[in-house]
Formats: sequence, structure tokens, C-alpha cells
Amino acid sequence: MLDLQSVSRTVGGEAHIVDVSLRLERGTLNVLLGPTLSGKTSLMRLMAGLDAPTAGRVTMDGKDVTGVPVRRRNVAMVYQQFINYPTLTVYENIASPLRIQKRPAAEIDAAVKRAAELLKMTPYLDRTPLNLSGGQQQRTALARALVKQADLVLLDEPLANLDYKLREELREELPRIFAETGAIFVYATTEPQEALLLGGHTATLSKGRITQFGETTAVFRRPRDLLTARTFSDPPLNVVAVEKAGRRFSGPDGLVFEAAAAHAGLADGAYLVGIRPHRLTLAGSESAGFEATVSLTEVTGSETFIHADFGHERIVALVHGIRRVETGDRVRLTFDPAKVLVFDRTGSAVGEPAALAA
Amino acid sequence: MARIRLDHIRHAYTPDLARAGTYALREVDHSFEDGGAYALLGPSGCGKTTLLNIISGLLTPSEGHVRFDDRDVTRLTPEARNIAQVFQFPVIYDTMTVRENLAFPLKNRKVPAAEIRTRVADMLRRIGLEAKADRKARGLTADEKQKISLGRGLVRSDVNAILFDEPLTVIDPHMKWQLRSELKQLHREFAMTMVYVTHDQTEALTFADKVVVMHAGEVVQIGTPEELFERPRHTFVGYFIGSPGMNILPCRLEDGAAVVSGARIALPGILPARTPGRIELGVRPEFVRIVPRGSGVPVTIDRVEDVGSERIVRARLNGAPLSAVLRDDAPIPAEADASFAPEGLNLYAESWLVERDGRLAHG
Amino acid sequence: MDKTWNNRAWFLVLPVLVLVAFSAVIPLMTVVNYAFQDTFGNNQFFWYGTDWFKEMLTSDRFHDALVRNLLFSAIILAIEVPLGILVALSMPKKGVWVSVCLVLMALPLLIPWNVVGTIWQVFGRTDIGLLGYTLDAMGIDYNYVANPVDAWATVILMDVWHWTSLVVLLCYAGLVSIPDAYYQAAKIDGASRWAVFRYIQLPKMGRVLLIAVLLRFMDSFMIYTEPFVVTGGGPGNSTTFLSIDLVKLAIGQFNLGEAAAMSLIYFLIILALSWVFYTVMTNVGADRPVKEAAR
Repeated sequence: MLDLQSVSRTVGGEAHIVDVSLRLERGTLNVLLGPTLSGKTSLMRLMAGLDAPTAGRVTMDGKDVTGVPVRRRNVAMVYQQFINYPTLTVYENIASPLRIQKRPAAEIDAAVKRAAELLKMTPYLDRTPLNLSGGQQQRTALARALVKQADLVLLDEPLANLDYKLREELREELPRIFAETGAIFVYATTEPQEALLLGGHTATLSKGRITQFGETTAVFRRPRDLLTARTFSDPPLNVVAVEKAGRRFSGPDGLVFEAAAAHAGLADGAYLVGIRPHRLTLAGSESAGFEATVSLTEVTGSETFIHADFGHERIVALVHGIRRVETGDRVRLTFDPAKVLVFDRTGSAVGEPAALAA
Repeated sequence: MARIRLDHIRHAYTPDLARAGTYALREVDHSFEDGGAYALLGPSGCGKTTLLNIISGLLTPSEGHVRFDDRDVTRLTPEARNIAQVFQFPVIYDTMTVRENLAFPLKNRKVPAAEIRTRVADMLRRIGLEAKADRKARGLTADEKQKISLGRGLVRSDVNAILFDEPLTVIDPHMKWQLRSELKQLHREFAMTMVYVTHDQTEALTFADKVVVMHAGEVVQIGTPEELFERPRHTFVGYFIGSPGMNILPCRLEDGAAVVSGARIALPGILPARTPGRIELGVRPEFVRIVPRGSGVPVTIDRVEDVGSERIVRARLNGAPLSAVLRDDAPIPAEADASFAPEGLNLYAESWLVERDGRLAHG
Repeated sequence: MDKTWNNRAWFLVLPVLVLVAFSAVIPLMTVVNYAFQDTFGNNQFFWYGTDWFKEMLTSDRFHDALVRNLLFSAIILAIEVPLGILVALSMPKKGVWVSVCLVLMALPLLIPWNVVGTIWQVFGRTDIGLLGYTLDAMGIDYNYVANPVDAWATVILMDVWHWTSLVVLLCYAGLVSIPDAYYQAAKIDGASRWAVFRYIQLPKMGRVLLIAVLLRFMDSFMIYTEPFVVTGGGPGNSTTFLSIDLVKLAIGQFNLGEAAAMSLIYFLIILALSWVFYTVMTNVGADRPVKEAAR
């Protein structure tokens, strides 16, 4: 178990990581989700021991490893760039961590062959990395991380430089390949969709802080605050300012809807409502809804993204099927009040969490 | 603005490769209509960037001609072709301000100063960078820099086409949405011919009116997003577009039904004219429904992935992998059958679509 | 923080500290010591206060040498930097010629300083040297031993020949790191050759150029071997730079106190000028680059 206790890191007066506490169990996949510069890489460097925290403690299986440099920890790392030894063959690249550990040749051979098999690199073992495609180069780097049998495997946006389809393939394979090793996996990404596809646990990051950590779907469905909800939403979360009076929420442009059971008990006052794009329907049968002016439609073949202006907000709706609506059209977008997120003025999620499922 | 005609283009990077028959582009014969938004979509090494560079003039094709309207531009340089290009990594002039960056192509073309001023001011407004006009360009964020590269193209009145080479690669997901929709709005305003290269299906499908799907140096299908989704002409298109891609099930035909690993799936009147060697049934996960036992073809469900807006069911149909995408919150029975929406069934012979009238899509 | 780890780090740099102490700090302190005292031999020293410094700073001899140094460095930078950039720009970017050019460029850098001096000393002689003889035969009155202008020209030529390739190599490294997309974009924007240089190549070379200018300034300001070997500081005092004067003073005249004061002033001037160069050049075009790579 890797345990970060109130870890901070400040560089030249600039806070890179602020008071992060995180507990990662063995055999789990943990996603760090956040935009560029949110602190994902900084946090990974602290976990690896490449940097020492300026405050706080890091323990591994109960042992204090704060400040213990990376060489003395059993850590493997895979980066966005495909990093391999250019002059060594794929075989030697994969074998390199074991050669450093001076393992017997037979053991190395078996480990390399097993890893190559899992990552579908067996036909390429004799090639050098420069004669491989990007996907194969990254598979080589992943295989090297795999044979090392590290306690902690850090994957820093490992698929970002790969083609969309290759990404899909590897994303599906990775959790299963690594699950067998019993190590702690940490996977950094900027894409909410990738976190959801990987499953496991997710920590959302914003400006060096962890805003929430938990099971991936739980964080997605029940974000603790607006910041988490925004970080974990692609397309972007639609946010509408509303006023609650009695059992009703009322918003701009005559938007009025009955509060769902989960929100019925909230005190009267100002709130923010977050509606995920896929929860909006074009002229659906739901009771709640509003009129908006279409600014753009994008068709993906099976779905349509409708960008529309409502009040002062730009709204995105993801609707099924191909819907031809023209720019400037007025459309009615409807939603189920039970499937929206409600935040108070400070941005904290309110309502009974168990009943929320946005 | 111009219509771009690619007249039987073939390209090999060296004469040796051409002699060996190794073409990066095997044969492209196609027109991009004036004012259209096109995407070139395909995996790395499919030739999409080669094709883009041939259009822009950074490469001269080994064979064939490029025409802008009726003018043969095959041997003209990029500047003589009057095209603009936005690259994968933002290219900006570091030492200049945002305003100077936008003025640069006009200054080089000796446009009068007063006109430069008004055109640049107008462009700053359109790309939403008025507030940062006099800042040094190098201090800006990646998406702002990409807007500057785009603005440098749009600011010219003589541009025949704007080419994009994976312009959103370095942009964060949230900004991608915004930038992409701004791009579309700019396209609508300026009505310029735009060609957009990407490996990302979402970008291609949302940006383009027509998507050109490329595979191994060839165009496999040109179509609207709907056509690519509903009637992929080749199994590659089915696999490459959609996430997860199309289920491709090897089958044989038996009196109006496809037999997949022993299970019979009725076909809605689509039969091939001949009986070619290899027949596959293609069905997108979106057209697969999970229904109670007894009302479809029996499947074994391996796992269900909850991806937020939908659930992906990974199942097996007598051993053959089958994915289904569910968009409602209905519970999934443990013992389940799969049923297929008839409008979502496509038949492939030797990987090419068998059209509804029985002809093969290829040839 | 783990204290033991920290302490061990100090332990590891200790050898370096000791080495630096012996090679730099102790000699420097000795010089400082000399600069404030006078000696008449026998290891007897008398406190002299800051008088050596006052004397030095007001002496014509020092002023003349300093002006010579500044002039020399200015000429060297004015020739070597543009020439280096020009050569770097005209070097091929790919192909077999790249390595040929690089090796050719590196050759002068491999020759020791005193050998360079000797080569040019012989090369420039009118009786047996190729350059001197040729010039003489062409009717040009060239004599670095007698004519101050010729002496300067010879020393400058030597330095340019010896060190321009350093600037070339640094600039070349900067140039090849510019992605192709920049050149393509410039082509599309219709930029002239000059505009490409001014707005792409020069800004992208900025950092290496700074290093090149600093290195060449410091090195040329400390010029010693070439004039020592070729001209010996002459004719007259025309090529007597600060370093040569310093040696004359310390070893020739055994005027230790004055020489020590002079070397301290010399040292401070180099330090100050280098700092000025650095700050000026890093602030050119201010608006510092924002960290983009770091996440």
C-alpha cells in the first residue's frame, strides 16, 4: 500500500502539489485525472521518489520512504514519449531491468518471453525500436515496466501519442495485463472518457490538489463539488444558476422545474445546477426543460452534439441519432430533475448522495 | 477559394520505392468542393499526411496532378498556391505580439498598412484574442497559439484552402470542444475549403461535412458521418469508426439468414449477387440489444463497462466476441440474448460491403 | 525530510570542494592578500591598504591595456558572431556533408593554443611564412613585428580562425533543433529569407547565441597566448593586453602587490561585464517563456 500523508511540494514559491493525502492499495488501478498543469506529473514524481516532498510523509507498505530516491525503490514508469534504448533490440530493451538486477539468464528469458506474449510483441523481439511503429514502441516500454515486477507502476499519459484506435485497444488490455502483477498502478490522463474506460479508482486533480478520490464511476456520478464535476466531464458540464423556493427551482429564461426527491429537502436559496450533456434530450418527454438557441450542431454518425445558448451560458447536449437543427433555431431541451447535480453557492454538492445518479 | 481536384495522384517517397511498388499513396482520385469541410481520417501511416502535403505543395506527387479550380498547381510552391496550414504543434513567431503575428502574412504580401490594420483588428475579434493583441505570442496557452496560426491563414483574402494537420493534438479535452466548435463557426462564416487531417474519429466526424477514410495509402470510403456510421463500405471503416468499432462476425449464408457460429440471424432481404469466398456480417454495437433469454440469439456476457453516458456490454456469441452499447439504465439480465436491429445489419464479401441491390461496393 | 540522506549528499561533493579550494579559492585569497601588502623579498610583508588599487586605477598603463582589451573583444564579437551565424546558416541540414562540415569545423578547436600561436607566427613571417611571403610578394607592406596595425590584424585573424567554429557549432545546434513546421509555415506566410532568419532562426538560436557570446567574450577578454607567442605584446605596447601586462608586472618586474591588485580588478571587470551581457541578452524581448513542458 502506498500512503501519501498531507504531501506538499513547493518549487521556488510556486505550489505544485498542495496537501495531498492518498491511499493506494496493491493490485489496484488508480487514475489521476486533470487538465494539463494540474499536478499529475508532479504527483507521480513524488510517488516515484524522483522528487522529495517539501511537507508530508510517503509510506510504502508501512515503511517510511519519504525522500528515499527512486533508485532505492522498486518503481517502474512509462511516459507519454516512447522511451526505449535505441540501439538495443526489443528483447534487450525488455530484459534491461532484469539485467541490472543481475537475474539468471534463464529467468530473464522466461520473463521477457512472457511479457512479450502478453503485449503481443513476440514477432518483433529481434528488431530495434526505430524499426517499430509508435504503438509497438510503447508496447515495448510497457513490457519493460511489466517484467520489472515493480511495487509501483506509474503510467504518465502512456497512450496520448498513439492513434485513437490503438489507444482503444491498449486501454482495454492494460488493466487486465497489469492486474495480475499485484502492483499499484497509477495512470495519469487528461481525458475523462479514458478514466471511465479504465475503471478502477480515480482521483481528480485541480491546481495541485486532489478534489476527490474514489471508485471511478462513483466519482463520476456523485462528484463532491463543482470543480470535480467539471474536471470529470467531457463534453463540458452544463452549469445553470438557479433559485430554489419551496419545491421548485427557477432559472434564467423562464426555466422552472420541480425538485427531485433528493433535492426536495434543500433550504431555499441560490444553487447551481449541473446537467451532463447526455442527460439532455431534444424535445423529450421529461417535465423539466428550457428553450435555447442553437449555435452549432456536430454529427458523429450516431449522435448529435447540439451547442446552444441559454441565458448567458453555452449549453452542450449530446442526443442520440442524427438531428438536423439549424444554427439560430429555437429548440426545447428537456432533462430529468432526478439526474442533475446540484451545488450550493460554494460549489459543494448537495442532496442525498445515494439518490444521485447523474 | 477554390475547388481542389486530385487527379490520379500516386506518391512514393523515392524512385526506388516506386520501382518496388511501395507507394505511400497508391491512387487517389478525388475532388474537394469549394467551401466544403473535409476530414482525412485514418491510422498512422495510412498516407493522410502525405496527401495533405501534396495538396499544400510541400510535396510534389510522383504521379498525377493537383488542380485548384482549373489551374494545374502540381509543381507550384505552397506560397504560390495561396493555401494556409495549421500544424500539429502551434507555429507562432515568438518574438512578435499576437497582432504582429496576424499581420505578418499580409506584410509579406505588401498589403497597404491601413488595410492590414482593419483586417487584423477584425481577425482578433473573430478569434477572440482582442484582449491579448499586444502580448508577446509566446506567453499564450496552446489553444490560443493554435488560434493565432489559424488566424494567420484566415486573415488573408486570397486563400484557396486552409489545411489542418492534427491541430488539436496538444490541446486539453475541455479546450478541444471549444476550439473545435469555434473552428466550425469560422468555417461557416468564411466558407473556405478546409481539409482536416486526423486519426481521431470524433474530431473528423464532428468537423467535416464529408470524411475521407484512408487505409494503407488508399481511400476506402468518402462519406457523410451518417454514411460512415450506417453503411461502412469496408470492414476497416466499420472497425475504425465507432467506439467500440463494428462487430464483424464471420458467417455463411443460408436461405435468407446469416449463420454465425451456428446461430441464425435473419437478414432483411439483403443477399449478395454471387457467393464469394469470405462473408462477414457487420453490426455496430449501437444496433445490438440485450434482451431476455428466448427472444434473440443466446450470448454469454463477459463484463459490462460503465462509461458514464452509456454502458458497453462485452459478450460472446458462441465464442465470437460481440459488443453492445446500451444507452438506457435498464438492468441487464444475467442470462441474456442478443437481438439485432435489422437496419443495422450489413453484409461484407471479401471485406467489401454488399450493397442493398446485391452489388459489391468495391470496383 | 530525511536528514541522513541530506548529509550524505554533502559528503559526496566534498572532494570537489577541496579541489576547488586548492585550485581557486586559496590562490584567490593569496592574491587578495598580496593586493593589500607590499614585500621587499625575504617573505616580509607590509600593510599597504588600498594604495595598490588606487595606483592601478589611475595609471595610464592600465587604462591603455584595458582599452585595448575592450577594443579587441568588441572586434572579435563583431566578427565571429555574425560570421559564425552565417557559416552555420549555410551548412547543410542533412546528408553526408553534415559530418564532413562538422569535422572541418571542429578541427581548429582541437589545436592547442600555443600551437596555434606558433603556426601563425611562422605563417605570417615575410621570409618563410606563406601568408607573409605572399603579401610581401604582392607588394603589400606587411610586418607584424614592426607595424602595430599588422600585429593587431594578425592576432584578430588568428582568433577568428581559431574560434569562429565554436560559434558555428553552437548556432548549428540551435538551427537543427527548429522543427520543419516553422519553415513550412513561414513559406506559406510568404516570408522572405530575411524574415525567416529574423523571426524564426534568430529567436530560436537565442539561447545558444547567448552562450556563444558569453564564451567568446570571456575568452577574448582573457587573450594571452596568441599575442604572447606571436607579438610578445609589441610592437611597442600595441598588443599588450591586460593579461600580458599582468605577467610583465608580476614576473618581469616582480611587482607582486601591484600585479595582485590588477588581477583582482581584471577579474571583477570580467565578472561584471559577463553579468551585464547575460542580463541584457536574457531580457531581450522580455515576456519570459512560460513553462509549458512542466506539468
